[in-house]
Amino acid sequence: MQDFLQHLLNGISLGSIYALIALGYTMVYGILQLINFAHSDVYMVGAFAAYYVASLVGLQDSPGFSTLLVLLAASMVACSLLALAIERLAYRPLRKAPKLNILITAIGVSLFLQYFGQAVFGAEPKKFPAVLENKVLVSVAGVDVKTFDIAVLFITVVMMLVLNFIIFKTKLGKAMRAVSTNMKVASMMGVNTDRIIAFTFIVGSSLAGVGSVLVGMKYPSIDPLMGTLFGLKAFVAAVLGGIGSIPGAVLGGIIMGLSEEMVVAYLSSTYRDALAFGILIVILVFKPSGLLGKSQIEKV
Amino acid sequence: MTALRALKIPFLSFLVLIVIAFIGNFALDGFVQLLSIYVLINMILAMSLNLVNGYTGQFSLGHAGFMAVGAYSSAWLSTQVPFLPGPLQIFNFLLYAVVGGIMAAGAGYLVGLPSLRLKGDYLAIVTLGFGEIIRVVLLNTPAVGGARGFYGIPGPTDHDLGGFVLSKFLMGFTHAGFWCLVTFFVIWRLMESSHGRGFLSVREDEIAAEAMGVDTTQAKVRAFVLSSFFAGVAGSIFAHYANYLSPASFNFQRSVDAVIMVVLGGMGSMSGALLAAVFITVMPELLRPLQQVIGVDIRMIIYSLFLILLMIMRPKGLFGKLELTDLYKRWKARKS
Repeated sequence: MQDFLQHLLNGISLGSIYALIALGYTMVYGILQLINFAHSDVYMVGAFAAYYVASLVGLQDSPGFSTLLVLLAASMVACSLLALAIERLAYRPLRKAPKLNILITAIGVSLFLQYFGQAVFGAEPKKFPAVLENKVLVSVAGVDVKTFDIAVLFITVVMMLVLNFIIFKTKLGKAMRAVSTNMKVASMMGVNTDRIIAFTFIVGSSLAGVGSVLVGMKYPSIDPLMGTLFGLKAFVAAVLGGIGSIPGAVLGGIIMGLSEEMVVAYLSSTYRDALAFGILIVILVFKPSGLLGKSQIEKV
Repeated sequence: MTALRALKIPFLSFLVLIVIAFIGNFALDGFVQLLSIYVLINMILAMSLNLVNGYTGQFSLGHAGFMAVGAYSSAWLSTQVPFLPGPLQIFNFLLYAVVGGIMAAGAGYLVGLPSLRLKGDYLAIVTLGFGEIIRVVLLNTPAVGGARGFYGIPGPTDHDLGGFVLSKFLMGFTHAGFWCLVTFFVIWRLMESSHGRGFLSVREDEIAAEAMGVDTTQAKVRAFVLSSFFAGVAGSIFAHYANYLSPASFNFQRSVDAVIMVVLGGMGSMSGALLAAVFITVMPELLRPLQQVIGVDIRMIIYSLFLILLMIMRPKGLFGKLELTDLYKRWKARKS
């Protein structure tokens, strides 16, 4: 029981990181119907940005709250700029092209970032700077609640609240919702769709940046290929929850984190990576629109 | 032109292939011979993927997974079935290739049926996921070597036929070339048939195709299963010529290579896919000296940039839907 609760806590904390990344996928998909393969590598670049900023400012070995804030800011800015550049240079020229072409471009961008990253950052793993001290804060019924888990949960919840505020309470958010419902009509109503799409990329990638710092904190080893599998799992989480749906991405992320933790704990860790895709195939067979997604009928 | 037209008859082109094999046997060194077999394998892979990604307009990202199924099942079978004596063992390899293909086709059916009902980009993810699942399963199956890899797979060997040596290359090249021709003619004839026209209509407009009475899901599944079959065959040839398999040789990278071949050549152009297969197989070898100087795998950086630029500037691929013969006709028309 005690073990189970501990795994539950770990799973939720891992799942909320998945949720942060999944949000980026689901937002871009909601607005462009594009699986943004490059998202996982934007996240990777975020981790490296935090790494380099930390060594530049001399924060490699001074865990604390201020370090966390600096790294978060660095990673968010780097991710936003990169995503903005990708959107402007690779996706925008293809706005009117068939979807397949944009998908291939996204894969191309993803590969480019991976291998360019290997050339620039080096292929060998690097040690992520210490962000916080991992102390046991409280012990409830034998379950250790550690700083990392609390920090991950707290940051994720804050990010969700901010995101919720942006999407439902601001003018920009209203425009985002309008563009994702119907791009043509939104642009006729005077919404600058290009700007809104760029803004969506910024928001999604900042969340990926936050996610990358949290992952770096929990598993302090980063390499240029770290994004691929993690990103795919986050994408599966987004599909699981219903792609295009924001609460769905959060739910999917949590389920994903929990099930992965449970498989590692009670079955075998070698099947951990196959699990995500197993879930994906099952969900596609039984409920292709995802748990919280709406199924759409295609009209001619 | 009449000489080229004669090549449209499968038997004649097979004869030409055997002549090429003999020339290669005596004129080329071992490394180029090995490379030429890999070119043939990649050609089969590119043509089969072109059937799904090019002609049917779906997007599969897990071709390496199907290749792995074919390779491993064929390799496993070859350790179980006794070999025919001497040069007759070529029939063994034909059998293994067919079995490997059928296993891969079965896997393709299982994967394709649920995911092909959905929109294109889901298929990309499901096939990608399938490729990963296959890899993880192979890693955890001790019967086929697990993570160590599958050693000692029997392959073609040299045979002395009273003074004439039937070399490993001659046998391997003929076998691979035979399947390459089979793939080519099957897909080519298929695309001229009503089934093939159905595939094309699915690519052009799914709703319109359905309205005209094409069972779109069936068409997609058929294309997918056939494509997986040939991927499995390619895997089988690879397994027996390399004599060694490891789950790492069927990673995501390999699927991406296949996709690049199709996209580069032009989605829906058989000759484009063939040329791109040659290009993609030979280029890493040409880049090797450069890579040794820089010390970085520069190949993938070039590929990915190529992919992005191609999509932006020439979205239909280098050849588009045109075949080499179309280009030749155009060139002739311009000259006269």
